[in-house]
Amino acid sequence: MSESSRKKSSGDVRLFKAIGYPILILFALICVLPFILIVSSSLTDESSIIQKGYSLWPRDFSLSAYRLVFENPIRIVRAYGMTILVTVCGTILGTFLNVMTGYVLQRKDFKWRNLFSFYFFFTTLFSGGLVPWYIMIVRQLHLKNTIWVLIIPTLVSVWYIILAKGFMAGVPYEITESAKIDGAGDFQIFLKLILPLSKPVIATIGLFTALTYWNDWYMCMLYVDKKDMMTLQYMLYQLMGSIKALRELASQTSISASTMPIESTKMALTVVTTGPILLLYPFVQRYFVKGLTVGSVKS
Amino acid sequence: MKKGKKNRTNTNRSRIQEFWLQVRKNRTLLLMLLPAVVLIFVFAYMPMGGTILAFKQYNYKDGIWKSPWVEHIFDNFRFFFISGKAGTVTLNTFTYNLSFIVVNTSLAVGLAIILSEVKNRFFKKATQSVIFLPYFVSWVIVGSIAYNLLNYENGVLNSMIRALGGQPLNIYFTPKAWRLILVLFNAWKGVGYSMVVYLAAVVGVDTTLYEAAEIDGANIFQRIRYVLLPSIKPTIITLVLLDVSKIFRGNFDLFYQLVGSNGALYETTDVIDTFVFRSLLESSDIGMASASGFYQSVLCFVIIIVVNTVVKRINSDYALF
Repeated sequence: MSESSRKKSSGDVRLFKAIGYPILILFALICVLPFILIVSSSLTDESSIIQKGYSLWPRDFSLSAYRLVFENPIRIVRAYGMTILVTVCGTILGTFLNVMTGYVLQRKDFKWRNLFSFYFFFTTLFSGGLVPWYIMIVRQLHLKNTIWVLIIPTLVSVWYIILAKGFMAGVPYEITESAKIDGAGDFQIFLKLILPLSKPVIATIGLFTALTYWNDWYMCMLYVDKKDMMTLQYMLYQLMGSIKALRELASQTSISASTMPIESTKMALTVVTTGPILLLYPFVQRYFVKGLTVGSVKS
Repeated sequence: MKKGKKNRTNTNRSRIQEFWLQVRKNRTLLLMLLPAVVLIFVFAYMPMGGTILAFKQYNYKDGIWKSPWVEHIFDNFRFFFISGKAGTVTLNTFTYNLSFIVVNTSLAVGLAIILSEVKNRFFKKATQSVIFLPYFVSWVIVGSIAYNLLNYENGVLNSMIRALGGQPLNIYFTPKAWRLILVLFNAWKGVGYSMVVYLAAVVGVDTTLYEAAEIDGANIFQRIRYVLLPSIKPTIITLVLLDVSKIFRGNFDLFYQLVGSNGALYETTDVIDTFVFRSLLESSDIGMASASGFYQSVLCFVIIIVVNTVVKRINSDYALF
């Protein structure tokens, strides 16, 4: 390659970087600044927020919002407990069910695999929508205000079944076949031989399922109105939406309702509910990236 | 004649026997399917049957199946269509989703290409992580971030305007502004996810092809235009088609968390999903709620079938099913 062509290529690369990098950095900043804003506001004195608005750096440092949140944290602790319970149960059951269903649907020797595949797939084409679903759950199944309603209706996900099915179709059929000849049952084969080989797809489905359960507020809004059964995100939504609910929270503490720091408390609550995700994020992020790569190849 | 009949009952019997034999043979596999089959039946197929509510006068006592039918078949639909609501929410759902597809896809593809050219590993990892981050927080948080930025009293935007001596904007009473705001926040939350998918596609591009183009003297813009983009075209088309097939399904989380029950903004922010939700839970008009929901279900079904048929005819590789 001649000297001049090398120079030319470095020139266009430089131009590309001069345009591309600022765009990249700007978008990255837009993504991260709101989080800094929330943390900073939660640490700012209330009067400062009211006079000068939110800012990226706490101007008048104050911990009073956190003091309010942690002085009588019973409601938050309960919401945490509820969310963790729902997330753990939902993730374990849901992942297991979806992976197991995916396995059966790709078994070449299973006579009705196409019939059942269509049975599942059709629900992605046509859906009954919110109204009959809601009435069914509330009026026919009487699941309102039970913990089950937060777990069961969203357990099976056809997309995850398709993902698992696609992955397991890549596991050699000979494994199943030879185990069958040795007299192993289908469930045994799945549990002892196939599951250990399917760790990547289990991790992907598990992580995305866990994230969905953790971040869910919709099911809780629709089907739960008991205060002590609320999940974290829905509790946050309620507290954000009404100063009355916030005052109620303050009334359980020594801070009087009239002087309570409303804006900074909202921010402190946001930090407290998002905290676990932000703390775990650096460690789990790459598994999500890997999962997306696995999924995109297949779909 | 008599013999033929006897034969047929014989084959019928043997067919039933054969069926039960198959059931017995596959009983473990069938049992393994059972939980998912039952759950899908209860939470997907029964609600599908429940769409007949659109043609019923629902009452609590008789339930979905036994409530009486409406007098004229489209009674429940009448108000939804005559009031013009149907047109407004359908158009809103369509235009928002279309803008989401265009904005998110171009941003995600663009950022993925830029990111793939970054040589510094730390910078690359850091920017990717930061852009992916909003995907992980709940829509409740997104709603509260929007409020912090935009509210009249002490929102960041208005604080800045005040500091510069301007008139603060009452954004929560300005319907038009939300056409832009909703698109921006949707991009903020969703671009990272698509970017990671496209980045995987970019990384998967045959490097020899790329290097050959470089040796042939193609500059970086030509390489992107003529090598990279054509190579990731299948991924782009697949993802866009998936979105297009959902074009009449509004993102309830986004609209509900950012706009909520702020009636001043409905004109520009009401989508089919939020309308159905309000009819069901706020005005408890089950007739209209199920009629508008039924209308959406049918619309979505038709669009998926149409998109798939058209795509199949043009290039069957991209068919959804």
